[in-house]
Amino acid sequence: MSAPVLQATNLVKYFPTGKSPLLHRPTAEVKAVDGVSFTLERGSTLGIVGESGCGKSTLGRLLGRLIEPSSGTVVLDGHDLTAAGNPELRRLRPQIQYVFQDPYSCLNPRHSIAESIATPMRVQKLYGRAEERQHVRDLMERVGLNPEHINRFPHEFSGGQRQRIGIARALALQPKVIVADEPVSALDVSVQAQILNLLEGLQASLGLSYVFIAHDLGVVRHIADQVAVMYLGRIVEIGSPGAVYGNTSHPYTQALLSAVPVADPRGKGTRQRQVLVGDVPSPINPPSGCRFRTRCPQAQERCALEEPQLADRGGGHPVACHFPLA
Amino acid sequence: MLYFVVRRTIFAVVLLIAVSFFTYVLFAALPTDPAALTCGKNCTPEVIERNRVRLGYDKPILEQYGQFVKGIFAGRTYGPEPVAVHCDAPSLGYSFKRHECVTDLITRSLPVTISLSIGAFVLWMVLGIGLGVVAALKRNRWPDRAATAFSVVGISLPTFFVGLLAVLIFTIWWPIMDFPRYTGFLDNPWKWASALILPWVTLAIVSASTYVRLTRNGVIETMNEEFVRLGLAKGLSRRVLIVKYVLRAALVPIVTIAGLDFAALLGGAVITESVFNLPGLGKLAIAAVVDSDLPVLVATTLVSAAFIVVANAVVDFCYGFLDPRVRDA
Amino acid sequence: MSGSPLLSVADLRVSFTTPDGVVRAVDGVSFDVRAGETIGIVGESGSGKSVTANAIMRLNFGERVETSGSILFDGIDLAALDDEAMRRHRGSDIAMVFQDPLSALNPFARVGAQIGEAYRIHHPKAPKSEIREVVLDSLQRVGIPEPTKRVRSYPHEFSGGMRQRIVIAMALVNDPRLLIADEPTTALDVTVQAQILELVQRIQAESGTAVLLITHDLGVIAEVTERVLVMYAGRVVEDTSVNDVFSRPSHPYTLGLLGSVRSLDSAGRGSLRAIPGAPPSLVNLPQGCAFRPRCAFDLGEGSACATTVPVLSEVGAGRSACHLGVEVRRHLIEQVGT
Repeated sequence: MSAPVLQATNLVKYFPTGKSPLLHRPTAEVKAVDGVSFTLERGSTLGIVGESGCGKSTLGRLLGRLIEPSSGTVVLDGHDLTAAGNPELRRLRPQIQYVFQDPYSCLNPRHSIAESIATPMRVQKLYGRAEERQHVRDLMERVGLNPEHINRFPHEFSGGQRQRIGIARALALQPKVIVADEPVSALDVSVQAQILNLLEGLQASLGLSYVFIAHDLGVVRHIADQVAVMYLGRIVEIGSPGAVYGNTSHPYTQALLSAVPVADPRGKGTRQRQVLVGDVPSPINPPSGCRFRTRCPQAQERCALEEPQLADRGGGHPVACHFPLA
Repeated sequence: MLYFVVRRTIFAVVLLIAVSFFTYVLFAALPTDPAALTCGKNCTPEVIERNRVRLGYDKPILEQYGQFVKGIFAGRTYGPEPVAVHCDAPSLGYSFKRHECVTDLITRSLPVTISLSIGAFVLWMVLGIGLGVVAALKRNRWPDRAATAFSVVGISLPTFFVGLLAVLIFTIWWPIMDFPRYTGFLDNPWKWASALILPWVTLAIVSASTYVRLTRNGVIETMNEEFVRLGLAKGLSRRVLIVKYVLRAALVPIVTIAGLDFAALLGGAVITESVFNLPGLGKLAIAAVVDSDLPVLVATTLVSAAFIVVANAVVDFCYGFLDPRVRDA
Repeated sequence: MSGSPLLSVADLRVSFTTPDGVVRAVDGVSFDVRAGETIGIVGESGSGKSVTANAIMRLNFGERVETSGSILFDGIDLAALDDEAMRRHRGSDIAMVFQDPLSALNPFARVGAQIGEAYRIHHPKAPKSEIREVVLDSLQRVGIPEPTKRVRSYPHEFSGGMRQRIVIAMALVNDPRLLIADEPTTALDVTVQAQILELVQRIQAESGTAVLLITHDLGVIAEVTERVLVMYAGRVVEDTSVNDVFSRPSHPYTLGLLGSVRSLDSAGRGSLRAIPGAPPSLVNLPQGCAFRPRCAFDLGEGSACATTVPVLSEVGAGRSACHLGVEVRRHLIEQVGT
């Protein structure tokens, strides 16, 4: 069995915040990511789901060292990315690339798409002019764009096409891992399916590994081989989609799943909708013990005292709960 | 909120101290010898040297600065007995050219500058914001184009040109008034106003232009905001919507910029005062430059800087007051 | 339900003149809403659903907007009213909830003042005590904890879900007969969305308000609505009961939408059913059916699909706009499978 292509160990990111009265020194920390570990196998997809404020986007940025972790390590294909000095970082960066959510703000409106896609190659000083242009054309074809449009500008394309351009750009350096942060959320439903199909096709033909961050449970279920559910900076449940969705262990996951409106009116009334009470606690001051206990329908004394660690408690996949559902 | 006020005030004070020190040192570092400026045509090197010692220019800079600051709080005596001159606190120095305490010079010029500034400010705000709102509401129609044209012309024309043109038109070609001569407000309010009307209008034309653009853009942008649409959906009339929602939101950044502009004007509307021969701070500063009257220069620079520092602090307070989102940030 | 409909929109057209040309955002939309009904309008970007919603309250205006058609509300044609008369309906018997509660609320005014304003506009002689009572009551109704304290808070001091509740409170304060909700939960997290949808359903049950819910989310449609209009490129392509939309769609676009969404719900991999191509540009609508370039059942060049815009015609208990014969459609759709 080959080594995992990406391994995160105890990643932590705290952001200083708050202002002390006179000197405006930071008084507190937003614990955006508070100890996240996972393994990504080559050629597979890890889906990370959670709601706003759970830290999934921050986690995404930590993986490629777009922001520096407060502590923890990221090992990319055997190399320690977090400890790498600048020269090594420059060498490693091409192996992990990003696709972001908003196809409208991700492309420089003043650059032709040829420039946008070629920029990573130029930064890494890979090819001469002619060769570079050919590579750009190849990439465009690969993502389903017409290479004749190579000199056009972003505003001449639709949202779905712009996302394809973003994907082409991410592929320019032949990465091993692509971190996709909500890549289809801003797209129409009918276009989402196209992009998801494209991503899956690329994974199969290029052997890519994905970290797929999304808030849409349905999308993640479809595309991921492994699903991690995040809440307030930690993973509360992780496993195969069948396990997490079918054999749900964590109360938060269950609440999340039951909150998703199902596109089938026949289920109305019969479904057990579990509506969580109250708002998400502040990540500056997460609750003691289990972070979810303030909204958990089955919280007990132990939950306030001891923080549950992520472990397999008999359900077949790791879950961070003292009283898992399965 | 209290913390905010205290903090900001402390910073303003610290800044003022820093500015005063920097100004003082800057002038001290000039190649001009302050002692040499103290005597007139019959200057011999001995006299200059004697003056240097008398006036303390031979002491180290820090000590000079210290004396200067002390003078601001406790008054200071310049020169040795028996020809010493005492200036009461706050003493900003002594001008040898004019044989006067600088503070007195400034106290005399300040009301002129303030009169000019306040009048111009009110006029340009009313004109600028008024035209800007009209331009925004009648976007792309003739009032908008007219207002924009006005603002382009206003920004492009130099102040002295507008001023001279105004003088030319209203006192020479079409003589409805005499060449303005400043009179104190308390002496004769009518004459005071009629003397200042041309300078006010000049400054207003030049400055309003910026505000026409700012207001126009601000109003247009705010009109597109969701909460304005919701106000409409609630059933508010257009007029209430414009005043209560749109202007309230659009004017916040404009008012704060205006505060700073006003402070800059207080520091001396140099060109306008020169064109209209108004004996304000600006004219004083220019004269001091021409005469190389260092004490006056130092003092006017400091006073201008002080206005800006204070205005900055006031503007910050106002912003917190006007925009609730900023208060907790 | 008997009697004439509460709202009756007939041949609504809204077009915007832009530098790129005339955008026909709404191109002949007709539908009814009965008192107490919950209707959903579903469509993707460019479908014209939001413009339709805004048109009912006459919120689209400006020199470059052209609106035509009739909007009968309780027998009165809103489209023919003058500004002052229209204003009296807005916020009183017809109210609206927008998508993003942070930008929808006035950041400079306290929440209590904003709700109070909504009441005062239509009850100008109401004494302060009455307004205060109404405001507190409305906050309580939508589930804001500690209303007496929070009345003095500013919008930015609330979470997203709370803000949307406040927007809903503001809309309901004058007991509207019709509530138009334009993507009310799109900007919210899914657990918060569930809370808000539950709130809307509860309020509707209590007060009998008709709700016109605009969304792109088929799940929300299935949960909350009784009847659905599917819009595409400014036109209504299907109008039927919610059950029929999901189990017996009679328009190829609806089928495509369901396909994309359904295949997500099913476990495991395998290609998702996508609708090829992209929604059309509203400046250059193709002649004939707007969905034709993406339609799997296109009858081809020279056919009606290419030359004539299909009109809504009866199909079962609803209506649908497609040139294919009803039976042919049913057959093809069953073949492809739902």
